[in-house]
Amino acid sequence: MYKYDQYDHQILQERIAQFRGQTERFLAGDLKEEEFLPLRLQNGLYVQRLAPMLRINVPYGMVNSTQLRRLAHVARKYDKGYCHVSTRQNIQFNWPDLADVPDILAELAEVEMHATQSSGNCIRNTTSDQYAGINAEEVVDPRPYCEIIRQWSSFHPEFAFLPRKFKIAVTGSDTDRAAIQLHDIGLQVVKNENNEVGFRVLVGGGLGRTPVVGSLINEFLPEKHLLTYLDAILRTYNLLGRRDNKYKARIKILVKAMGIDAFKEKAEAEWAHIKDGPATLTDEEIARTRAFFTAPSYEQIDDSAVQAEVNALTTDNIAFGKWLTRNTFEHKVAGYAAVILSLKPTGVAPGDITDTQLDVIAELADQYSFGEARTTHEQNIVLADVKKSDLFTLWQLAKKAGFATPNIGTLTDMICCPGGDFCSLANAKSIPVAEAIQRRFDDIDYVYDIGDLDINISGCMNACGHHHIGHIGILGVDKKGEEYYQVQLGGRANEDAALGKVLGPAFGREQMTDVIDKLLNVYINNRHEDEIFVDTYSRIGLKPFKESVYAS
Amino acid sequence: MPANAQIIKDGAVVNDNWTLLADDQVDTTAITSQSIIPLALWQAEPSLQREDIGIALKNDIDLTAINDDLSNVPVIAIDFPTFMDGRGFSLARLLRERYGYTGEIRAVGHIIRDQLCSLKRCGFNSFSFNPENIQGEFDLKTMATSLADFSDAYQTSADTPTPLFRRRS
Repeated sequence: MYKYDQYDHQILQERIAQFRGQTERFLAGDLKEEEFLPLRLQNGLYVQRLAPMLRINVPYGMVNSTQLRRLAHVARKYDKGYCHVSTRQNIQFNWPDLADVPDILAELAEVEMHATQSSGNCIRNTTSDQYAGINAEEVVDPRPYCEIIRQWSSFHPEFAFLPRKFKIAVTGSDTDRAAIQLHDIGLQVVKNENNEVGFRVLVGGGLGRTPVVGSLINEFLPEKHLLTYLDAILRTYNLLGRRDNKYKARIKILVKAMGIDAFKEKAEAEWAHIKDGPATLTDEEIARTRAFFTAPSYEQIDDSAVQAEVNALTTDNIAFGKWLTRNTFEHKVAGYAAVILSLKPTGVAPGDITDTQLDVIAELADQYSFGEARTTHEQNIVLADVKKSDLFTLWQLAKKAGFATPNIGTLTDMICCPGGDFCSLANAKSIPVAEAIQRRFDDIDYVYDIGDLDINISGCMNACGHHHIGHIGILGVDKKGEEYYQVQLGGRANEDAALGKVLGPAFGREQMTDVIDKLLNVYINNRHEDEIFVDTYSRIGLKPFKESVYAS
Repeated sequence: MPANAQIIKDGAVVNDNWTLLADDQVDTTAITSQSIIPLALWQAEPSLQREDIGIALKNDIDLTAINDDLSNVPVIAIDFPTFMDGRGFSLARLLRERYGYTGEIRAVGHIIRDQLCSLKRCGFNSFSFNPENIQGEFDLKTMATSLADFSDAYQTSADTPTPLFRRRS
């Protein structure tokens, strides 16, 4: 993992001092509310329905045990003993006091965490693949580039007042777990025929009110040009992006309006001026950053022997077997596996986690995974480097702590925004819908029979629950003051990114579980062998689902 | 003497000798020595292209469309219609880094002190605040301390072309 040096520490300390001063001026009445607004947002602080919400960055999802313990401490000392993993891999506290925020940020800075630009019209936290560095099909580990982007984007003097927020995601695999086609800029680290590292660059993707799949702007950008190319795209957007209507201000609207060819021409004309300039990455800097993401000291393990032992344990422990099937991921190193800790047990808001659980994860990470963990955009937590021989013990400990629900990737592993229970933007509640679905489909054998299914729930058009890219997407809407839910089918977040299609008129909350049940029945009655829900949908289309759900 | 007769320039609070006449419809008879006038007017009137006349730029200007030599213009003022509109940051960088402009670049309109450090890094060296926009005490000297909110930065910028990664020891 990246370690701060004196420069990183000093810059972050100066940021906290700056925000402390701003907060004091605001509380003293010397700073207007509308002027404090973007300043607090750029330090992670929203004002929500019930209290402020503080969003802490987890850069590209990497978090160590020291940081987990500090997050637990913050949850205890400044909040109500829990926090929330967001769909952009960040951690959110729901109940801090405004006046405490500079102190919270100072406590987090001690363990090299920050809330810099986790909100506001600026470059946000860069997200990535939760299996970066450990999955066998990865071409290049994306994390060093994520860190280079983190530093470049932090306190960038030119891009703190963009037309709208700006999100970058990076993956190093063909299998896309970072949804790079649905970000303002999506980067895939690749190698060319000469084995040189570069980026496939996408621009103008995004969800929200106008979901768009990103367009290819550069097939192969050599790695050294990463920052100048980003500067050129951002500058083009900063100068030309719309500012008259916040719903038309994202870069996707600009790219659509200009057309990708014209946008590319403009951005690359800008790039021509700064290409090979001082912001060109040096081999030394790339090597320096890479050195933070080297493989931990793995043991030499006979994989088939240990796998046989693990398999033997499943004979007497069916539940362990189920957990292995759903909650582990293949590791590129023999004898190791990644473990997904589910934050989606029934009855808990998806992604919520208590201070005690954070401490337990820190302990498990120290014991079994080189002291590191990762947050996922599906709102779970991964221990990436677990010896297979430890899996049984780890399963028992995870079960005790409440995150061994064997539901990863299934219909009860829903992505869900905080919704109307917390968020002042929401049109409708989302957590109760998730909970009702979890309660209705509590038969694990049925859930396993359904198999891989992404259900994504957003409480409003802002789409924090990424409803457009759920196989089943649910969007909360307001109809004359009443909460209704629109259903979409066929979205995909992966390398075959697709946006869902609206099924038809919206439903009341109490109808939602019946609707899901009917959709699943259409799937069961039509599926081919080994065909997952979304593939059946792609084959048979919307009509059979629609007919079943709206049949009187 | 108007209330905003002082500005922050090169880190200090100084008296301002310039008059901003940014309105496109400015009455040309009002133009005196040390006026800052709209670009279009300056372009249209060669007699105004002299060392005691500055230029006011709106922030939707396309700098590539300016074919004039601006190097002898004493001051270029860039307007911020609201402090949330960040186009001026890019324009200042382009003037400094692309067009090599070395004269005064002044931020005018609605800026807040919390932007001073970034504005400076983008190439602005003078800052004109409207006292009516300030909620607390209007004290330019205190406000100017925000120029030094950060002592170092990661990126390349107009005032520090070498990014941190080339300077790290």
